[in-house]
Amino acid sequence: MSDDRPYPEEPAGPFPEPPATFTDREGRTIEIRVLDEEPPERRETAITSMVDMYDRFDPADRAQGIPPIGRERVESWLSTLVEGEGLNVLAWDGDTVAGHATLVSDDEGAYELAIFVHQDYQRAGIGGRLIRHLLGAGAARGVERVWLTVERWNDAAVGLYGSVGFERTGDDRFEVEMTIWLT
Amino acid sequence: MKVLLGVGGSPDSLTALSQVVERASAVGDELTVAVLDNPETDVNIDDITDRVREELDRVGAEADIRTVSGDPGSRLVELAEAEGFDAIALGGGEQTPMGKISVGSIAEFVVLNARTSVFLIR
Repeated sequence: MSDDRPYPEEPAGPFPEPPATFTDREGRTIEIRVLDEEPPERRETAITSMVDMYDRFDPADRAQGIPPIGRERVESWLSTLVEGEGLNVLAWDGDTVAGHATLVSDDEGAYELAIFVHQDYQRAGIGGRLIRHLLGAGAARGVERVWLTVERWNDAAVGLYGSVGFERTGDDRFEVEMTIWLT
Repeated sequence: MKVLLGVGGSPDSLTALSQVVERASAVGDELTVAVLDNPETDVNIDDITDRVREELDRVGAEADIRTVSGDPGSRLVELAEAEGFDAIALGGGEQTPMGKISVGSIAEFVVLNARTSVFLIR
């Protein structure tokens, strides 16, 4: 999986940096925060809240096998995301995780992006804000090249990614590959 | 069952090799291994062939080994139909750093074109 992907010629952004607070379309107050900026004593609780979200996640909204099914598998999968060289941004409704967006290093200088919004919080304007703040937090930390894959029938996701500046690379299979360049 | 296994040298194809050889040995499948020229890997055909022989020796199984040149997906489908195979087996995809399953181009072509059953090995 060498990074010979094409990237857009123009950089995207600027994107806002977390933390941020807004009211979603259902009137809920949602706060966006970077996991690594939680106070140390809050970190374990925050990770448990992430596991709770994925444990209650509708399998119909899984993407290419993630999140895995079952609490233990979710914990194992998340541990690789939160312990590795990457970035995790969470959307909070009080103490409940409504959404999670992440950048994972591909060890070739680029980052793979994924975003999940729990079914109770979809179509409320959270995903768009969450991904923008993830890209803002990434850019502030020196991330320049970000790529993702998405099932090609997932029009909502392809539309969301396109709206923030991701472009399709043309390497389409069952999944569409998209890239963005940040500065 | 008469099984045609495609191996092009990608990590998932080598996983498929181990599993399919073990199963063939356990249940008595008649196995043919097609060594493919996968443009997405840098692995040399001779090295793949050696690896196939090693796996067969490891479990004490026998198989016909063929080197298949040309477009891997279409050649596999053609071979399966021309020679009356019951199934094509091949690697079922890699995982991205995130853990997303990413199905290879050969597997996608075979799934969409084969008239035999297709086993994607995970």
